[in-house]
Amino acid sequence: MDFGKLFELVVSASLVNNYVFTMFLGLCIFFGVSKKMETAMGMSVTFTAVMMISAALSWMVFKFIMVPLNIEFLMIIVFIGIVAGLVQGSDTIMRKVSPDLYYKLGIYLALISTNCIILAVPLSNVGNKYGFVESIAYALGSGIGFSLALIIMASIREKLELANVPRYFRGLPMAFVVTGLIALAFTGFSGLITL
Amino acid sequence: MSATNEKVSYVELITNGLLKENPIFRLALSLCPAIAVTNNLKNGVFMGLAVVVVQVMVNLTISAMRSFISPRIRLPIFMLVISGWVTVVNLVMDAAVPDVYKDVGLYIQLIVAFASILARAEMFASKNPVVPSAFDGIGQGIGFFFALVVISAFREVIGKGSIWGMDIFGTKPLLILILPAGGFFAVGILMAAFNWFYEKFGAKSGAH
Repeated sequence: MDFGKLFELVVSASLVNNYVFTMFLGLCIFFGVSKKMETAMGMSVTFTAVMMISAALSWMVFKFIMVPLNIEFLMIIVFIGIVAGLVQGSDTIMRKVSPDLYYKLGIYLALISTNCIILAVPLSNVGNKYGFVESIAYALGSGIGFSLALIIMASIREKLELANVPRYFRGLPMAFVVTGLIALAFTGFSGLITL
Repeated sequence: MSATNEKVSYVELITNGLLKENPIFRLALSLCPAIAVTNNLKNGVFMGLAVVVVQVMVNLTISAMRSFISPRIRLPIFMLVISGWVTVVNLVMDAAVPDVYKDVGLYIQLIVAFASILARAEMFASKNPVVPSAFDGIGQGIGFFFALVVISAFREVIGKGSIWGMDIFGTKPLLILILPAGGFFAVGILMAAFNWFYEKFGAKSGAH
């Protein structure tokens, strides 16, 4: 496996095809938890970890169970099952092993199971026919991209609290316009890497 | 919440989803496809239809099974029902409208992760009989459909100067609106407009 190729994959997944700004996934969580820097950081860490593990697991399940049995068309059901099981499992393990970490990140874990990005990663891995290492690299890149988006947005929204926003734009509408501006900046990355 | 009340009329169930609890403009749920697939009206309409079908069928199924589902394992069962129906819609769309499916396919598959569908199953269908659940599904689905149509029409008319692929202006007034970034602007502006509209006329339409 060519290391340069993997690096390209990570950069392309995090910047060029950023999940939030160019593919519009995970917006509910993105707007939900980007009000404060602290929650945004917690979410980013949890998210990236879950994403990589679920990408690895679903790759193995797809390759070794679903393809031999010819049940690829069930992938939505199977993948959402994997994600839900993984989230439930890590929830239980974390509560036993490190209650401290659980207290900090547990709430994000619960939110993750209904998130579209987590599901989109294994689906695109299958769609793009990535191998095992590539799948994980893609998941890592997507995680970095999502974390970047959350952190940028959280720092802007903390400042926005103090700004004088027109009445009907207060709250979400303004957040959308700000996201639009960041997305516009991110279009600058397009063409940086062509895979 | 008024929707759990036994006496709500069917009309109210539908207008509820359209205005008061519009999933996109009011509750800000299921936002991803609202931006991703709305750069032209056709995609918006088909995506909206897919969501209506899934929402109604999920509500029907869960409401019909509600006495058999043990409350402790209800969430996995809801997810299973939802992903089953999404798979059905996904395969049907792939076969029936391949050109639209090429653009919106990924987002159709991701209907599974829609918070609003799971929320309606949990809050309404699991507690109410079959017929009101179906109407609640229609109302919620139509609210989503309506929002998608408004957003995509707005973006196509202003961004491309056309509607359903037909030129109306002969020019492209504001190209940015059909670019990805423009989707966020469009939703932000429409959301503010909806807030204004709701505050002005919301009391009247709630009087049904």
